[in-house]
Amino acid sequence: MHASIVVKILGILLMLFSVLANLPPLIVSFLYDDGMSPVFLNSFFIIFGIGLLMWLSTIRSRTELGLRDGFLVVTLFWAVLGSAGSLPFMFSSAVELSITDAVFESLSGLTTTGATVISGLDTLPKSILFYRQQLQWLGGMGIIVLAMALLPMLGIGGMQLYRAESPGPVKDNKLVPRLAETAKALWYIYLSLTVVCALAYWIVGMDLFDAISHSFTTVAIGGFSTHDLSLGYFDNPAIEVVAIIFMFIAGVNFALHFTAWQKRKISHYLNDPEFQFYSFILVSVSIVTVSVLYFSDVYSSLFESAIKGVFQVVSMATTTGFATADFNSWPLFLPYMLLYAAIIGACAGSTGGGMKVIRILLIFKQGIREVQRLIHPRAVIPIKLGGRPVSDRIVESVWGFFAVYVMAFMVMLLALLATGLDIITAFSAVGACINNLGPGLANVAVTYGELPVTAKWILCFAMLLGRLEIFTLLVLFTPMFWKR
Amino acid sequence: MKIIILGANQVGSTLAETLANEANDITVVDADSEKLRELKDHIDIGTVVGHPSLPDVLERAGGQDADMIIAVTESDEINMVACRVAYSLFQTPKKICRIRASSYLETDKLFGQHGIAVDTVISPELIVSSDIERLLDLPGSLQVLDFADGKVQLVAVKAYYGGPLVGQEIRLLRQHMPSVDTRVAAIFRKDRPIIPEGSTVIEADDEVFFVAAQKDIRACMSELRRMDRPYKRLIIAGGGNIGMRLAQSVESRYQVKIIERDPQRCTFISENLNHAIVLNGEASQRDLLIEENIADTDVFLALTNDDEANIMSSLLAKRLGAKKVMALINNSAYVDLVQGGDIDIAISPQQATIGSLLAHVRRGDVVNVHSLRRGAAEAMEAIAHGDESSSKVVGQAIRDIDLPQGTTIGAIVRNDEVLIAHDNTVVETDDHVILFLVDRKRIPEVERLFQVGFSFF
Repeated sequence: MHASIVVKILGILLMLFSVLANLPPLIVSFLYDDGMSPVFLNSFFIIFGIGLLMWLSTIRSRTELGLRDGFLVVTLFWAVLGSAGSLPFMFSSAVELSITDAVFESLSGLTTTGATVISGLDTLPKSILFYRQQLQWLGGMGIIVLAMALLPMLGIGGMQLYRAESPGPVKDNKLVPRLAETAKALWYIYLSLTVVCALAYWIVGMDLFDAISHSFTTVAIGGFSTHDLSLGYFDNPAIEVVAIIFMFIAGVNFALHFTAWQKRKISHYLNDPEFQFYSFILVSVSIVTVSVLYFSDVYSSLFESAIKGVFQVVSMATTTGFATADFNSWPLFLPYMLLYAAIIGACAGSTGGGMKVIRILLIFKQGIREVQRLIHPRAVIPIKLGGRPVSDRIVESVWGFFAVYVMAFMVMLLALLATGLDIITAFSAVGACINNLGPGLANVAVTYGELPVTAKWILCFAMLLGRLEIFTLLVLFTPMFWKR
Repeated sequence: MKIIILGANQVGSTLAETLANEANDITVVDADSEKLRELKDHIDIGTVVGHPSLPDVLERAGGQDADMIIAVTESDEINMVACRVAYSLFQTPKKICRIRASSYLETDKLFGQHGIAVDTVISPELIVSSDIERLLDLPGSLQVLDFADGKVQLVAVKAYYGGPLVGQEIRLLRQHMPSVDTRVAAIFRKDRPIIPEGSTVIEADDEVFFVAAQKDIRACMSELRRMDRPYKRLIIAGGGNIGMRLAQSVESRYQVKIIERDPQRCTFISENLNHAIVLNGEASQRDLLIEENIADTDVFLALTNDDEANIMSSLLAKRLGAKKVMALINNSAYVDLVQGGDIDIAISPQQATIGSLLAHVRRGDVVNVHSLRRGAAEAMEAIAHGDESSSKVVGQAIRDIDLPQGTTIGAIVRNDEVLIAHDNTVVETDDHVILFLVDRKRIPEVERLFQVGFSFF
């Protein structure tokens, strides 16, 4: 454990963050002249100052970043930046959030969860709205760079799969030079996706501000919107189609985008087992949803059922959390099914949350293997992904991940129930936060503002836990981690 | 012909034995002097002790004036190097090399004058597994041989009571199946060959060899026996090269289970197969076989390297209810012992391999040779060259060709068209003629028949 290098990295990150997070809203504030500029200037100076102090105090440190430091850096990345990002919410007279609410909002943004405590978004100053959207975009970028390049090396919950197996960016074990290269390439993809998405939104009818703001949260699979009604505000099927397409793209493993882009081959996607399964889940859940909506007469026309149904499925299953309809009031099992879809989540290496499609696929295959083993006790059955065998070590860690995920879910559910929430609210709130989804059911369908303070802190922890693939955070709580 | 054979293993020694009987000048090279002495004791060959790929060893074996070198040692690498050495030092005209690893076989760029300098690559595992595959695809057959790229097949079946033609004269075949053309090439009754004529009566338990176009084979078989239902469930014992290769090529068509005793090999096989179920255990374990439903298995194939294990596990499988059992048996003494008893088909890897080697040794333009009935009989595909004046076959009707005794012409393939041979069919130049020889001693006469006279040049 090298505290100095961790502090140094965090110092740099904070300085970087102070500029990236506060400068653009400041410009927006000037453009719209909404009087919010002191808020962003203040938070810029405070965060930059703290960062500079941390950096200066460790400037002479020349140690290398070790494996354990990696866990700490990744965890602190979201925890510290989450707190730093809460400053404008506290300073701004337009929202005036308490510390709890501000941290919740900021963390929800940075982890690309999209759960909000603010209501009455439409009346907020543009710069604050822009700041929220941008937090998610920066969070998404953090995920792409850190989660893609760093987490696989830490080997969390079977993600070492991508270290050895996946073609492209994370093949090498050398941390720094590869990290820089990988991060750059992924960042380009992320940026170009955002630009294209913003243009598409603009073309189909959003104004420029909304187009850019929503492109941020679409590509980051965040789900913040500049309107209380989310994307439903626009009431425009074309916008919903654009959102569906870009949520789908952003839910795909970025390593896959990277390789496909490098080789200029679409077939690369189709041959990827995770992509196949991801598409399969989305298509089958969509078919069920659309038919239930249509046949139970929620919407009169098939077209409306299809567009609203598919939109909500993709939005939930990729853990984005946009809404165009009050899916809470949808009949039968639909709200729960969508929540389950969110538990499966998006592909590993995307900005989405959830347990990740690849893990579910492996668990599924393992389940089939167990059944086969009952029939043929002596059979030697390998688990294969795309024709290549997966080592038992990886399958084991996926199981471990699954078990800990379920346990964490249950413990937090109990804790929320203890704060006095009803079971549906508590269940969906934990589900929505640990999977970085955003909106839940019942009392948390639109805003989390009404929840008790304790519940909000528990949910903050849940968001962090989900974003850090559980183990990265849990490992910090083990005594073994801190032993020299 | 002067031939050097590298490797005195099973393939090498069987080959030496077969070729020596055909008046060739054979030298066998092997590092194991004991093996060579045994071989020399009972066949008339020369032997050289030494590492087969070394230039000095090859020179001692008569590399300078050898017409052909056949490298069949256990090692792919030794075989390839020996061929290259022979080509570089002695310009040996014909080099045949045995290759096991499929990776070498994937590209043909590897072999050629500028590469490893091999004229013909043979892979016994590949030959055996495709032989077995043909047997599986044609239930009830004892042997299935391809000619002219599979357009014509020679099939051996056992005639049973209840087959429409059993107890009838062969000439009635045409009346039974007016639309199907076939020719009975030979009949073995109690292991004695009978040259079929129109009036020959087929009896039950006769082993009938007939030639037909591939699409007609099933119809012909149904004349001689009730057709077996197509096979569905297979159990392969032994996940070696042959077992795994066979499983790979048939797993999409059949339900395949493969039993292998080595756990590591099991893992390897399972990773290379997509549908087949790989079981870790001994094929001779009664419980395992029962557990895996041997009673409902259509074919049990024992394909390990161990003859005795193959025989025992096949017998066990048969006793436990497997409908058909096939066993890989190297030792030809065992073959006579078990075939036709409890074991339905004994597959001899050497016979299969040697057939494909013989095609290259024969004089005249012979493209395909299959050794039948443990080397007693032979089927070959020869190309007729020359014209009426230079060739003894071109321009002649089949009834006029002076065939040696015990030889029949089964079919002719002319420009991709299959013509079943009848007495008045006239052979043209470049025809592929498929012949069946009951007696191997007549081979030189047949060879002479297909050699072109001097006027051709």
